[in-house]
Amino acid sequence: MNVGIVIFPGSNCDRDAYYAARLVAGITPQFLWHKDTELPADLDCIILPGGFSYGDYLRSGAIARFSPIMRAVRSFADEGGLVLGICNGFQILTEAGLLPGALLRNAHQRFVCRNVTVRVENNATPFTSAYGQGQVLRIPIAHGEGRYYADPETIARLEANRQVVFRYVDADSNPTAESNPNGSLANIAGIINERGNVLGMMPHPERACQALLGSDDGLGVFTSLVHYFAHVSV
Amino acid sequence: MPYYRATIVVTLRPAILDVPGKTVEHALHSLGFETVRNVRIGKHITLELQATDVEHAQQQCHTMSQELLANPVIEDFAIATIEPITP
Repeated sequence: MNVGIVIFPGSNCDRDAYYAARLVAGITPQFLWHKDTELPADLDCIILPGGFSYGDYLRSGAIARFSPIMRAVRSFADEGGLVLGICNGFQILTEAGLLPGALLRNAHQRFVCRNVTVRVENNATPFTSAYGQGQVLRIPIAHGEGRYYADPETIARLEANRQVVFRYVDADSNPTAESNPNGSLANIAGIINERGNVLGMMPHPERACQALLGSDDGLGVFTSLVHYFAHVSV
Repeated sequence: MPYYRATIVVTLRPAILDVPGKTVEHALHSLGFETVRNVRIGKHITLELQATDVEHAQQQCHTMSQELLANPVIEDFAIATIEPITP
């Protein structure tokens, strides 16, 4: 399967995403440039990587949304193509209206860069099928603006539709206030759109893909994509 | 067409915790202004634009605020001033 990783001015996890994707048999990653107006014809999945696109000016992700390539990304998503936004990629997806809600300044005001534990709340998605339902993953976060916010109706709808895919929990799998690293509502770490093809998450699975580097719990996001396409093409 | 200078103020919606505002509030208390409350920090944007009249300028500022300058999910905006300027 072909995965395209978009490079915006200020992206800094594009190489990590490429490296992680390369580790998984069956994925051929390639970079996409933010000024491209057309996508390669055989693309199966687009990753919007982490970083500080356009310097986070105005709001995180607010300017990247107007990049030429985002029009193509939107059409790709509208046609059911898989889109994964990690960290700044998640912020871009909310600014673009491809995912509901917004990501606000962390409640404690600090940039936080450390490993957290997140629980897989829905493993029936193309991005999480390699995990067990309720599996707890150890994956790093690195952000200053990761406090997920949406109005109460939206949060209720996300919960009812099982669109909350990842939730911050403690080591015993409890979504406590202490295990919430940024003040996100309902400890939300990642959500998927209603159709189930656009996922945004603040944790960095691409930084947790080799045990030697601390954890390989993030690799499942990439292997899930391969499982999904093997299943679809059969 | 005449030029106008507009100032637009963007703030977090009242229901949303404004963390920088809270931090500044605590600092003001430390400075001795113990009665200060509800500190909110926003963005002050000034721009110049061409428009047929004030209403047209107002209308354009409104659209650009909705589309880009503010995120309606979390922020409110107000067009604070619009005044004609010499080009």
